[in-house]
Amino acid sequence: MGKLEQVMKDPKFQGKGGLNAEIQSRIGHQLRAMYDDVVRQGVPDRFAELIRKLDPPQEAANTADQTAKNDGRD
Amino acid sequence: MPLTNSIRDDLLASVPSLRAFAISLSGNGDRADDLVQETLLRALANIDSFQPGSNLPAWLFTILRNLFRSDYRKRRREVEDADGNYAKTLKTQPAQNAHLEFEEFRAALDKLPQDQREALILVGASGFSYEDAAAICGCAVGTIKSRVNRARSKLSALLYVDGADDFGPDETVRAVIGGSGG
Repeated sequence: MGKLEQVMKDPKFQGKGGLNAEIQSRIGHQLRAMYDDVVRQGVPDRFAELIRKLDPPQEAANTADQTAKNDGRD
Repeated sequence: MPLTNSIRDDLLASVPSLRAFAISLSGNGDRADDLVQETLLRALANIDSFQPGSNLPAWLFTILRNLFRSDYRKRRREVEDADGNYAKTLKTQPAQNAHLEFEEFRAALDKLPQDQREALILVGASGFSYEDAAAICGCAVGTIKSRVNRARSKLSALLYVDGADDFGPDETVRAVIGGSGG
């Protein structure tokens, strides 16, 4: 990383309003674009099923969350 | 607390951002989905230790982050090899603008030290506060801030180097970064 550090210290690279600032704004944009692209894919079926399947007893307790307690079954 | 329908809904609602976090960290869709699955299973198994009213996404991100880190240690060598080859193939491809730019970004992100990469993603993409990111990574707020700053400046230097033609760098900089490549 020695060469990279030299670039990072270069005054032309670090200067105010210089290349670094321009690239910084691209980085923010690209990072969010990459991330949001995945977020927009929503919930794949395998995960919706996983969460649904792992909790069958709660279906019956749907309207009685406050009173129905775990009866000791795991 | 027990797994109520409300928690189940919250878990479901967290899946898209958990996947985005996992893909951003690992750079691999299949592996990311395995991480998300493992995270959900752990969360469900330990749901009793979740404090109602506390930050469920932050709790889930903490689990995923820890799983990734333990997994990462095992795979480190393999990943580093792949990274080196990947970088070489990129340089020989014709420029395809947006796609290439994204590939360059992804490759640069993968070159960051893990501590910096995760801090940058949590703050810059997931939208967590510095405080939440610090809790997720188990470190001080000041540490997160400095990791994010270092990540940004290293990424910009890496992209400056890779995207040299886009930005028209100075010849002396080219000379500095030329040669054996690194």
